Amino acid sequence: MTTRRAFLKTGAAGGAALVVGFRFSIDALAQEAQEKKKPSPFDAWIHIDKSGTVTLITAKSEMGQGALTAMPMILAEELEVDWNGVRVEQAPTDPSIYDHGTGGSGSVAGSWLPLRQAGAAAREMLVRAAATAWNVEPATCRAEKGFIVHGPRRRRLAYGELVEAASKLPIPDFNKVPLKNPDDFHIVGQSIARTDIPSKVDGSARFGIDVRVPGLLYAVVARCPTFGGKAARFDATKAKAIAGVRHVLEIPAVGAGAHTAGGIAVVADSTWAAMQGRQALQIDWDHGPHASESSQTLRQASETIAAQPGKVVRNEGDAAATLVGAEQKVDAVYELPFQAHATMEPMNCTVDIRADRAEAWSPTQAPDWTRSAIAQVTGLPPPSINVHTTLMGGGFGRRYQADFVVEAAQVGKAVGAPVQLLWTREDDMRHDFYRPFAYHRLSGAVDAKGNAVAWHHRIVSTSIRSFWDPPDRVKPEASEIGGAVDLAYAVPNLRVEYAPVPSGVPVAWWRSVEASLNAFVVEGFIDELAAAAKADPLAFRQRLLAEPRMIKQPPDSESALDTRRFKGVLDLAAAKAGWGSPLPAGRGRGIACAFSFDSYVAEVAEVSVDKAGLPHVHRVVCAVDCGRAVNPDGVRAQVESAVVYGLSAALKGAITIAGGRAEQSNFHDFEVMRIQEMPVVEVHLVASTERPTGIGEPGLPPAAPAVANAIFAATGKRLRRLPILRV
Amino acid sequence: MAELTLVVNGRSQAVDVAPDTPLLWVLRDALGYTGTKYGCGMSQCGACTVHVEGVAARSCVTPVGTVDGKKITTIEGLSADRSHPLQQAWIAEQVPQCGYCQSGMLMSASALLAKKPRPTDADIDDALGGHICRCGTYQRIRRAVHRAAEGGGK
Ligand code: FES
Ligand code: FES
Repeated sequence: MTTRRAFLKTGAAGGAALVVGFRFSIDALAQEAQEKKKPSPFDAWIHIDKSGTVTLITAKSEMGQGALTAMPMILAEELEVDWNGVRVEQAPTDPSIYDHGTGGSGSVAGSWLPLRQAGAAAREMLVRAAATAWNVEPATCRAEKGFIVHGPRRRRLAYGELVEAASKLPIPDFNKVPLKNPDDFHIVGQSIARTDIPSKVDGSARFGIDVRVPGLLYAVVARCPTFGGKAARFDATKAKAIAGVRHVLEIPAVGAGAHTAGGIAVVADSTWAAMQGRQALQIDWDHGPHASESSQTLRQASETIAAQPGKVVRNEGDAAATLVGAEQKVDAVYELPFQAHATMEPMNCTVDIRADRAEAWSPTQAPDWTRSAIAQVTGLPPPSINVHTTLMGGGFGRRYQADFVVEAAQVGKAVGAPVQLLWTREDDMRHDFYRPFAYHRLSGAVDAKGNAVAWHHRIVSTSIRSFWDPPDRVKPEASEIGGAVDLAYAVPNLRVEYAPVPSGVPVAWWRSVEASLNAFVVEGFIDELAAAAKADPLAFRQRLLAEPRMIKQPPDSESALDTRRFKGVLDLAAAKAGWGSPLPAGRGRGIACAFSFDSYVAEVAEVSVDKAGLPHVHRVVCAVDCGRAVNPDGVRAQVESAVVYGLSAALKGAITIAGGRAEQSNFHDFEVMRIQEMPVVEVHLVASTERPTGIGEPGLPPAAPAVANAIFAATGKRLRRLPILRV
Repeated sequence: MAELTLVVNGRSQAVDVAPDTPLLWVLRDALGYTGTKYGCGMSQCGACTVHVEGVAARSCVTPVGTVDGKKITTIEGLSADRSHPLQQAWIAEQVPQCGYCQSGMLMSASALLAKKPRPTDADIDDALGGHICRCGTYQRIRRAVHRAAEGGGK
């Protein structure tokens, strides 16, 4: 799987130490780019000093997903040290040394093999150093708990005693270095307490918003509520009269790359004074070109587009002809709204920008982008910009963006003092990069024997890539069709099409990206076909998965769906949920399955609907195949989390558009799941020896369709539009 | 501006702020108690919860002038050494993910336990229903509250 080149570099960090640098590869494109420039940046370094202390310096960031616990576990396993003997350090942002970026559920999945190889390489070097010192064969030595032990003579040397000699040895080839037999794993596969948790129960954990530096000023920005609008004129007289307000300044919108709205910044001695100052601003907005957009106009435009053929992204057999002569034909339209990320910690960034250098504290999933964004705004050379990645109060894809960084840099540069720029919750809801709006039209056919024989799926959405790609290189379908184009079920006549619908609403990556949209549609529609065939929804799916296949769609995709594993989680979820067993009156069970980030998750939801039509989710049983689970309790926590996030989008909040702006502004009108609505969530892991795959996101996509299918089972009502506020 | 005295975690501190300033921003910006979080500013999420005279209060909508001279406890004052049974239970159940909401959760849960040492699920829903955790840690929170109540923090 790892196509990355292996690197070892010794003795770099001053003093005698064994230093190993290496890359993770989760993205072939990034890999290719890397191959061209030298020296290659590494994702991580292992550092073993003379005291024997092992440090893993990594550019991956912690969002609560447990990556900074799982990664040292993998390293400790191969290096044969105690798990708590590995210190983890967050790498300083320097793209010439580190490759940054946390997302795509890739931190553990992408680092698995490289971390093992690097740990094994360092171990081999220590073994060879000891063997040389003793003048014995390396094969007679072994690593054990931070020592190299020479079996026959019962002598041993601590790693710290060996680093100097080891660091001078040639570097083993990563691809040939012997890895541990997984049967001997004693750390990987254990549930280990996350290292970041204690600081999160006593208020000592420092998030971006908690950064305090001497002389800090606080800023908020008034942005045009309409997407693409700007301030025509403003009067700051009243704002400046508020006690504590220091500066009021206009910051321009920055387009491609950052997509900031621009606006009027108010800088003050405290956050509250800045907020008060902003409220006192008098601004005439120029509402820009999208002021007439609404959810209504978007739906109408999508309907029109969906009536015409889109770009064909998969075509097998002849769906159109089969549908014409079909025994039973099912037609359906599904619709999903924009979704806000609504991370608990709103966007913020703290900067201290001087004439010749800058420092920034950013809760970001993309520290190197933070640095280049600051360089662009300030004109400072990147090496003079020091970015600290702070803890993040949730990421979910939102913190991949650099808009809040650009704004902070603009303000920080203008006022010449350290500034913390904070978004209020209202700013966060109104100026997110939302999950796309989507409109799907489907037709399917079932033959006399109850087989699904045709599937015609037309997807229309506000394309992420149309928003982000340079206009001459847009591939609109690229982030929209996963989970639909790679339909796991064997339907002989299959056609999938895509077309974007124009919109002024900013969109981007939302936890699990298109998988959450498409799973709702695909798993809902397959349930509809099962109902048309008068078949049990589970049995119907199982039959369509009976013949094992590998599905690699689109053909240039890096992942391939293995229908055996897909069926495996369906079977497991059904068994654990007691599929087919009686339920209390009024309850229904629904099942759904999805493949995303190379992992497989099936969920069975138990739902009832009360007299007022409100749905209640009582239980969600999840079966997960994410390869080998490095830290099983961490995996369970991620799946529990993804289910709740998915249920919020299924049953609670949505962003609707009117007058070119988001209608919601805070948690009173963008509601999310709360503790009193929380179902029992059970997570069952498939015991697997496959490489670890993504886990931060894959639990999300099946949640909404499992609930909708359960509502159908309970009430006979088929719900095709989210959120389901009332049945 | 007004000269006020806040007794935060047992320490008396003078602040000079407009009395309508929310307690949240005085704690965070003027006094440096950053464990208390901002999430919504309108009593919707619970991230800013502190105790005022032992009662859970949303500091984002509590004008500082109304708590002059009163005893305020923030997450930093829940215990000196993470020894509060709820803190121990939170660790044992591996509750926090991003962790941002957890200060508020712990402050409401501790006010609940002080009043009702053996809370039912319904009590927990009542006490924590006003809180939001976007990481979805609710199930573990419920388990941890019960664990602490049963004296099983460890
Ligand atoms: S910040 Fe006070 S309740 Fe949300
Ligand atoms: S742990 Fe992240 S919001 Fe609760």
